[in-house]
Amino acid sequence: MARGSNTNPARIPALGLRTLALLFMSMLLMYLDQRENHLDGIRAAISAAVYPMRVVVDAPVSFWQWASETSASRDELRRENELLKAERLVTRGRLQQLSALEAENARLRAMLEASHAIQIDVRVAEILSVDMNPFRHTLVIDAGGNDGVYEGQAIIGADGVVGQVMSTGPMTAQALLISDPGHALPVEVNRNGLRTIAYGTGDFGRLDLPGLPNNADIEVGDLLVTSGLGGVFPSGYPVAEVTSVTRIPQEPFADVSARPTVALAQVREVMLIYKTPRAAPAETAAGENSDE
Amino acid sequence: MSNERARRHLPFIAMVVVALMLSMMPLPEAIRVFRPDWVALVLIFFAMSAPRSYSVGIAWLIGIVLDVSQGTLLGQHALALSVIVYVTIKFHLLMRMFPLGQLAATVFALLALYQFLLFWINGVAGVDVSAVTYWGPVVIGALLWPFLYMFLQGLRFRARPGA
Repeated sequence: MARGSNTNPARIPALGLRTLALLFMSMLLMYLDQRENHLDGIRAAISAAVYPMRVVVDAPVSFWQWASETSASRDELRRENELLKAERLVTRGRLQQLSALEAENARLRAMLEASHAIQIDVRVAEILSVDMNPFRHTLVIDAGGNDGVYEGQAIIGADGVVGQVMSTGPMTAQALLISDPGHALPVEVNRNGLRTIAYGTGDFGRLDLPGLPNNADIEVGDLLVTSGLGGVFPSGYPVAEVTSVTRIPQEPFADVSARPTVALAQVREVMLIYKTPRAAPAETAAGENSDE
Repeated sequence: MSNERARRHLPFIAMVVVALMLSMMPLPEAIRVFRPDWVALVLIFFAMSAPRSYSVGIAWLIGIVLDVSQGTLLGQHALALSVIVYVTIKFHLLMRMFPLGQLAATVFALLALYQFLLFWINGVAGVDVSAVTYWGPVVIGALLWPFLYMFLQGLRFRARPGA
């Protein structure tokens, strides 16, 4: 340490002034970031620079997965294969029924002159094993703006809703989970269509439904599905199962909590749902920034 | 000459990249809240030993990168990092005289300030987190400091041309 040249305490010119300017700039950035979406371009550019680091951090986990897949014994693979075949048979059986139902549904809707687009476009994305903000429930997926991913896009897993895209970079996108304390999701009870909103709690295994009156028709075990209100999530995807309903007579609202149907902490692969077929993702991005 | 400059800054660049990667490394849920603020620790060290080269501007830029990689509000870590680097530079002559234990206590205070700023911004922005989660990184960071200090000191001297 060249101590000789550093003995004058005032040797760094205008340190306080520079710090003050930086503080001001940070506050301006935070304000812009919080209130508007002007900074998406900057975020995307820096995110591209961060991408290699994310890949390196993710590498050991990916490698471990790859290694355990390649070294799996033949017996194991055969068993898994059989299991998958059986599962596929069952799923295809259901699917046959589904296409008939879909046709019937379309016919009935046409008779009622109600418009309803069932067709969706999905893309499978993998989750990178990188940790983000410890204060929020977010994750990074390996698809980004180059794949047509847009802000506010719905993300589902095999068993139900996972979250939505929060910001996109060229190769990656960041998603907000439904369990984040800042996330609210319009849902309805599958049994009777009772609509409410499910709030994240910061706990992977619990959502809160604070808006239900004491006399609401909701029971433990009820399945909650997306209601399609709010415009981010298409309707009808499973979200959570009601785990507890506490009714206190003096209180106006019942205390209802639910467990997400997806194991949010363990999910590795997700599906991105495109509102419109993927040909024109750029146009959709502009209109879908509604805060959920 | 630019070659020599690159060589001089190599330890800093390498350590910052490593710190950024450590801060996004996946950890089990149980110990996630104890992850030390690697970037803050590295910046404190370099601001303390070479305040002319590694000042608030660099800290701010690294903070922006950290914000993007963590998905926080753009400017949150940038603000917190430039403040603690400012304080470090203000007191760097004093801090160089401190024995290691006392230095760790100073780092504890700096990290507490850092976490307080993050906490405060989270509060203003409406991100609701229990205050307990902010203490883990402060304590762990201060405990790690002596080891990190010795390691970085060794690294710096080895990389210096003609040392």
